[in-house]
Amino acid sequence: MSSGSVWSALARPHRWVASKWPWRSLAYLLSGVLIGVGLLPLLAAGVLLGVLTAPLGVGVGLLLGVALVGVPMGALERSRLRLMGGDRVPDPHLPAAAAGVRAWLRVRLREQATWRELGHVFLNVVPLLLLDVLLVGNLVTGSVVLLLAPLLVSPGERLPFFEVTISTTGQVWLAVAVGVVFTLAAGYLLTGYAAARVALARLLLGPRDRELDRSLARLVDSRARLARAFDAERRRIERDLHDGAQQHLLGLAATIGLARHQAAHLPGSAPLSQRLDLAAAQVTDSLRMLRETVRDIFPSVLSDRGLPAALAAVADRSPLPVTVDLDLPHRLPSPVEATAYFAVCELLNNAAEHSGACRAQISGAFADGQLRVEVGDDGVGGAALPDPASDAVRGTGLVGIADRLAVHDGRILVSSPAGGPTHIALEIPCQEMRS
Amino acid sequence: MSPDDGPLRVLLAEDAALTRSGLTEILRVAGHRVESVDDGAALMGTIAAGAAGIDIVVTDVRMPPTSTDEGLRAAMALRRLRPPVPVLVLSAYVETQHAAELLADADGGVGYLLKDRVVHVADFLAAVRRVAGGGTVVDPELMSRLLRRRAGDRQLSRLSPREHEVLRLVAGGKSNAAIARELVIGLPAVEKHIRSVFVKLGLPAGGDANRRVLAVLAYLNASGGGPSR
Repeated sequence: MSSGSVWSALARPHRWVASKWPWRSLAYLLSGVLIGVGLLPLLAAGVLLGVLTAPLGVGVGLLLGVALVGVPMGALERSRLRLMGGDRVPDPHLPAAAAGVRAWLRVRLREQATWRELGHVFLNVVPLLLLDVLLVGNLVTGSVVLLLAPLLVSPGERLPFFEVTISTTGQVWLAVAVGVVFTLAAGYLLTGYAAARVALARLLLGPRDRELDRSLARLVDSRARLARAFDAERRRIERDLHDGAQQHLLGLAATIGLARHQAAHLPGSAPLSQRLDLAAAQVTDSLRMLRETVRDIFPSVLSDRGLPAALAAVADRSPLPVTVDLDLPHRLPSPVEATAYFAVCELLNNAAEHSGACRAQISGAFADGQLRVEVGDDGVGGAALPDPASDAVRGTGLVGIADRLAVHDGRILVSSPAGGPTHIALEIPCQEMRS
Repeated sequence: MSPDDGPLRVLLAEDAALTRSGLTEILRVAGHRVESVDDGAALMGTIAAGAAGIDIVVTDVRMPPTSTDEGLRAAMALRRLRPPVPVLVLSAYVETQHAAELLADADGGVGYLLKDRVVHVADFLAAVRRVAGGGTVVDPELMSRLLRRRAGDRQLSRLSPREHEVLRLVAGGKSNAAIARELVIGLPAVEKHIRSVFVKLGLPAGGDANRRVLAVLAYLNASGGGPSR
């Protein structure tokens, strides 16, 4: 139970006495009464005027306003619930699909949460406000009158509120004693009542499971969109570098090449030729570095030829001897190819840099609706996904891979005992692109 | 390789203006006549028209309209023409897969070079001339890749470091004399190394530079571990 603390306090009355709950409950109920008393005339006026002026058109707007009053009141009530502890109640509303009042209205008027909140407002300002006032008013007044009896009455007078005649001084003190018991009972009753009010508010103002599912689905969607956007951005940067900086450097290489060619035929040009040789070496280095950078961002062979060709190229570049055995008769969706590609690159990199392996192998196939790629090496092992509970930095590379696979509902399976060998499998459910 | 020193008619396909003008100028310096197109469609159009009178096509791999590998596909179409048109493919990247497709079943008149090589104008022009003459040219970077892929190969591991160097140069299409110059050793020494390499790899010795390149490429590509398609 989310408001468990107040309920557990109620279960142990001896602890409850000294707890914060009686006071918090009183504060919760009193603030609710104040809000209700303020809101009741406004709502009544709104409904009345709305109904009367509805034929003029103005009333429709007023009634619409009344219908939506639950939205801000729901927010206020949810923040008021924090007074009574327990988990924060999340906003059950969907975000508006577009900016502007119309879009907002369209979403709000269609969702159940809006109408649950309105129901809560009407419950609060009509029957429950009455109950609040009666309970809080009578119990608090009764407690105060009994506890303050020595100040309020002398023997022979009538005790106000209870309307009983106090005849002796002993009876005055008896009233105080009764007052102590009455106050305790009243406080207990009010705490229980407040806890019940909180439970009702939580029920009406929080999101339903279906609404939570929907917001989860939205999160999953937005994560997938982000991943796709990231992928597209990588391709764009690769294209820009290829069409821009790379072409300019190649133009420069051609110019330097021509200059060397011409200088070679000039008499006495040895110092110039040396300088041009240096320029040639520099431009070759620049081109090589740019090529490596561009390839790390997005290898064009991946989009042109697919995963097996791209991974074969990675294997060729690896400092380790790597065998590739990848049987994929069809292309896969490009985000899946990219995810698998970058994951394997990282795993091979780990194998080359950290594992002390002498060789590695990549194998894989498409079967049962999923791509499965395995990367193994004969190194020292010890690769592991860190325990999600600890914030260990070791293995963050694998966590990154797991995160990127998760976008496609994929997963990573690691077998890497100390001493090796390491075997890591990546699985991504997807569809083949049969053309 | 026929030592034909006359001017060649070159069809250049390259979409980037800077690179295109640089390549054009380099080819003109050597006295070649250059026509250029700037996308894959235009290149294919010229090929469809028969590419009559063209001595060699020099093409970029990645060009519009799809900016993927139209240059490579055009090159393979040129190889299938009867008679095939010599083609030198220039690429911003060395892709073993592209090279394997281009060189599959080739019997010369084909080349695959990194664009960076234009900085060595004389070598570049020699490569153009060699391909136009029916030879085969592959980028040294590609050779290193293929050799690394075969790092575990028992026959290759029996080569001495010097024999490795010789193998690389042979595969690059260099003549015995060019290899001798490059390694600063005598011609007889080069011939001895080459014989030794070919015996160790079990390849048919002898033949011209082109035949030797093809033999080495076939050796490196066979059971090379990479996908064939």
